[in-house]
Amino acid sequence: MSGPLISLRDVNKYYGEYHALRGITAEIGAGEFFSLLGPSGCGKTTLLRAIAGFEDISGGTITLSGKDMKGVPPNKRPTNMVFQSYAIFPHLSVEQNVGFGLRKSGMSPSEKTKAIGAALEMVGLGQYGKRAAHALSGGQRQRVALARALILKPKVLLLDEPLSALDRKMREDMQVELMKLQREVGITFILVTHDQEEALVMSDRIAVMFEGEIAQLADPEVLYRKPATKRVADFIGVMNFLPARAGDGLEVAGLGRVDMEGVYCPQGDVSGACSVGLRPETLSLLYDGETARARETEGVIDEVVYYGDMTYYDVRLEGLEEPVRLSMRNMVGRDVMTVGQTARVAWDPRAMVVFPG
Amino acid sequence: MAQGLSRDARLGLITVSPALVFAVLLLAVPLFTIVLFSFWTQNFLEIDRTFTLANYAEALTDPLYRALMMRSLRIAASVTAVTVVLAFPIAYYISFHVRPEKKALWLFLITIPFWTSYLIRIFLWRVILAYDGPVNGTLVELGIIDEPLSFILYNANSVIITLAHAFAPFAILPIFVSLEKIDRSFLEAAKDLGEGTAMTFLRVTLPLAMPGVLAAVLIVFIPTVGDYVTPRLVGGSGGTMIANMIYVQIFDLSNRPMGATLAVVAMATVTITLAWAILHVRFWVYLSDRVGGGLPGLALVGVAAAIDIGVLWWLWHYGPALFGSAGSLGIMAAIMGGGAILIALLLPKGRWGI
Ligand SMILES: Nc1ncnc2c1ncn2[C@@H]1O[C@H](COP(=O)(O)OP(=O)(O)OP(=O)(O)O)[C@@H](O)[C@H]1O
Ligand SMILES: [Mg+2]
Repeated sequence: MSGPLISLRDVNKYYGEYHALRGITAEIGAGEFFSLLGPSGCGKTTLLRAIAGFEDISGGTITLSGKDMKGVPPNKRPTNMVFQSYAIFPHLSVEQNVGFGLRKSGMSPSEKTKAIGAALEMVGLGQYGKRAAHALSGGQRQRVALARALILKPKVLLLDEPLSALDRKMREDMQVELMKLQREVGITFILVTHDQEEALVMSDRIAVMFEGEIAQLADPEVLYRKPATKRVADFIGVMNFLPARAGDGLEVAGLGRVDMEGVYCPQGDVSGACSVGLRPETLSLLYDGETARARETEGVIDEVVYYGDMTYYDVRLEGLEEPVRLSMRNMVGRDVMTVGQTARVAWDPRAMVVFPG
Repeated sequence: MAQGLSRDARLGLITVSPALVFAVLLLAVPLFTIVLFSFWTQNFLEIDRTFTLANYAEALTDPLYRALMMRSLRIAASVTAVTVVLAFPIAYYISFHVRPEKKALWLFLITIPFWTSYLIRIFLWRVILAYDGPVNGTLVELGIIDEPLSFILYNANSVIITLAHAFAPFAILPIFVSLEKIDRSFLEAAKDLGEGTAMTFLRVTLPLAMPGVLAAVLIVFIPTVGDYVTPRLVGGSGGTMIANMIYVQIFDLSNRPMGATLAVVAMATVTITLAWAILHVRFWVYLSDRVGGGLPGLALVGVAAAIDIGVLWWLWHYGPALFGSAGSLGIMAAIMGGGAILIALLLPKGRWGI
């Protein structure tokens, strides 16, 4: 098939006076794992529901495999949804839930039974067909919701924060399972989440949304290493922002002067007051005998947060009000430093992202 | 033994005891008295206190009592059907189409008829349905009928109309509550899985609203079987019900034991009818589930219900001639009881808690 599976062109949505979606434009390919990421209230659910057909849009077009979806009701769209609350029918058994959408499939009863069995097998619930829906755990409900949607072989599976109700361990397991499942069935997944880590782990591409607009649409690595705006940078992972002044070269508070060459300026050339972003892992503490590959400075350790595999340090640099955060992988023969210690900090101008303002 | 009771239990007992004493005095004692009376007989001005089942034999076999009991059941069933069928769309409209902030106002409006006395409402119906009343007047005026309708007052129809109006709010409220409790994402999920509005209603909304519908059925059916005032005022002779006969026995004929017996028979009939109905609903739901619900399920339930009710109807009408009064009652009891026991033993409790 040529062209994208879904294309959103200048999609707008008003709730009365409130402008919930502001000119969303994006294209999503077949077989892609696409995430909508953003803080609460930014319009992720609204956009997902617009694609599913539950919300009429006030302007723009939504095209699905080349067909304009305007006026097409949800039951006529080649999309299926996994609801945030899972919406497992409480009056039906697990089997009946999974088979709910097969009524018009033209399958014989025995074919239906087989399809339901296969779908339950796929989500690891082979033994649970006869269970009543209310006798399921949160994770099991979620699997039933997945099986119920996937059994219809939709072109697009829409998932609204499907993992937010699960505990951390379960969530991480399900992330991996969802990715595997998506690769297996080859269906386009559109996932709504406000958990940036989840989006980074699972997605082929991510659209970061703020206040009804897409701030950046990119793959996880680009999003993390080359955030388009300061707000995106702040939302994705941890980033230190150091005040700086651009002119003939870049004067960074606490670090010193660097050449403009080699630093990344996503919003075009900057001049005057600006802000320099550095991820914690691009900074490191230097132990005795180690030398910086690029440049180094000195600071006093303010705070140590030990994570087992990693240690986070807050280090005060001269000329900076806020300490900078850096992360170190814990290794044999490398002791965790202590609060109050003076330490050398290695940094690299090539890791800098410069934002205006 | 206070020692055997925990502090909580004792506290609980103290809390409920005034209500308990009240309930025993007001409910259990009169009930016990009635049951006691039903086994005695009236001997002119005195009551003969020897234990006998003669009243019961008469109550169950006398054609007049049988006809009145059957008519009471039929009227109550009609009232229940009419009320629930009319109440459902209203409850549905309020729950699904009225804006949330307006719902309270709507419910309030529905209860307004209760602000006037029950008696006055019945009298108003008498005026409305009268031979020269507004209903007939309008119909004649519009040329729909030539002569005023006489079958709308002083018969079973007028009793059904009046009772249905009186009990409508009692049916609307439980159905409304059960509709309100339906998570709207269930309806969206059904749409998402390919069903249109009608099938979503049949496969999701209606099954999930059934607890409310059942509650409405019970709330309307039980009190209407024994209603006395409405048939007295708008029923005429064709609309007389069992409660009117109980009144006649006790106050006009001074036969308190017979009145008591009829009261006990009426209570037992309501209980048995409802138990039968509830267990059969369990059976019908099971049948519907076996064919996957939806329209085929509904059709199957219709057929099964028609057979179940048809057999009993036939026995009631033609049984006495074939097997004798007592014999046909015995056969009916065996069918109803046997069926109920089979269902209760074989089928697990369904999803509506019945
Ligand atoms: N039916 C509605 N009427 C009016 N405003 C609405 C309606 N639905 C959503 N909104 C508003 O639109 C905005 C976007 O809502 P949406 O549900 O899409 O947010 P979200 O990004 O999914 O947030 P969350 O992460 O909290 O689920 C919110 O400010 C919300 O208040
Ligand atoms: Mg949301």
